[in-house]
Amino acid sequence: MATEPIDIEMAGTCVGPNGSAIGMPQLCFDWWGNQIFWLVLALIAIYLILSRVALPRIGAVLAERTGTITNDIAAAEDLKAKAVEAEAAYDKALLDARAEAQRIVADAKAEIKGDLDVAIAKADAEIAAKSAESEKAIADIRASALENVAVVAKDTAKEIVAALGGKADAKTINAAVTARMKG
Amino acid sequence: MATDTSGAEGGLVFHPMDQFIIKPFFGSGEVAWYTVTNATVWMFLAVIAVFLLLVVGSSKRAVVPSRMQSVAELAYGFVYKMVEDICGKEGVKYFPYIMTLFMFIVCANFLGLIPTAFTPTSHFAVTVVLALAVFLTVTVLGFVKNGASFLSLFWVSSAPLALRPILALIELISYFVRPVSHSIRLAGNVMAGHAVIKVFAGFAALLAVSPIAILGITAMYGLEVLVSFIQAYVFTILTCVYLKDALHPHH
Repeated sequence: MATEPIDIEMAGTCVGPNGSAIGMPQLCFDWWGNQIFWLVLALIAIYLILSRVALPRIGAVLAERTGTITNDIAAAEDLKAKAVEAEAAYDKALLDARAEAQRIVADAKAEIKGDLDVAIAKADAEIAAKSAESEKAIADIRASALENVAVVAKDTAKEIVAALGGKADAKTINAAVTARMKG
Repeated sequence: MATDTSGAEGGLVFHPMDQFIIKPFFGSGEVAWYTVTNATVWMFLAVIAVFLLLVVGSSKRAVVPSRMQSVAELAYGFVYKMVEDICGKEGVKYFPYIMTLFMFIVCANFLGLIPTAFTPTSHFAVTVVLALAVFLTVTVLGFVKNGASFLSLFWVSSAPLALRPILALIELISYFVRPVSHSIRLAGNVMAGHAVIKVFAGFAALLAVSPIAILGITAMYGLEVLVSFIQAYVFTILTCVYLKDALHPHH
């Protein structure tokens, strides 16, 4: 912009005839009025823009953001508390379930033991019955065997007596055999 | 910031201050108070930039911000925190005024870094108005809020009694120097940087030194990017400090 041709009419107290500044243009008071006028307008414009639109809006946005962040943190803390709660509930449920399972196991054991006892008692009774029966049968067999032995002994004694040529009196032999067998 | 400063004669001619000349943007002629000049155009562009950044950038009101909205929120938070930290809760009321100053200066500074751009904040006319506005507002506010006890700002009650009149004189002088330093600091920094870039650009016409000149321009440009922001920040933070004095004048 320095070498742009400057009209002769512009030349004056502040600009030399060659278009160059005389001294400091800042100190050329011919130009102050113009700058001050436009500066005041610019400042008023900026002030109106800021105070009417920009600053309230940005302030609101910042406040909203702070609010949102606070709310989010509160919500996060809520959720965290809920998570802890849920964990506690889960632990409790787990403990309950474990206790329940143990109870069921104990119940089942008791039930099985009862059944088993009943079955064992029944089996014992059956065994006892069977053995009593068997003992009775054995006793019978033994008794009949003894009887048979007596009969066989008497018969044998009669035969022996007959074979020896004696005349055996059945009554006497019987009495003798019975007496021997008792002895 | 045009770089073609070599004169028509072929020798090196420097016109580092020509970039600050105010001239009509449309046509030519006298610069009257209402004329649309290059300064007007770049102030207007600064307003547009503020509008684009803070209004268009935040128009979606997204909870999860876009890039533009992030920058807008960053600027808002930056100035808001500055006002709140320095002036306290009562200062928040004046946040829009301070934000206006900051956004105007920062946008004008950065737009002025575009090659061939004009920088309104390099002119004392602009910075003096800004500084005087702060000075007058703070002074009036101090008296309205505190009445005559605002004058206790100059009466250092923690100093020994004998020293207090002298300190009061020094405090008074420093109080009235505030707008001067406040305005010259900003315009001086911006003007100096731009002028130095222009001087380096003048040397770029010499083949032997042009690489160094271009390096120098690059380095100065980087520095100017920093200065653009830092000076806007300094201007704003000083405004906050002065405002704090008006709200709480007791040392």
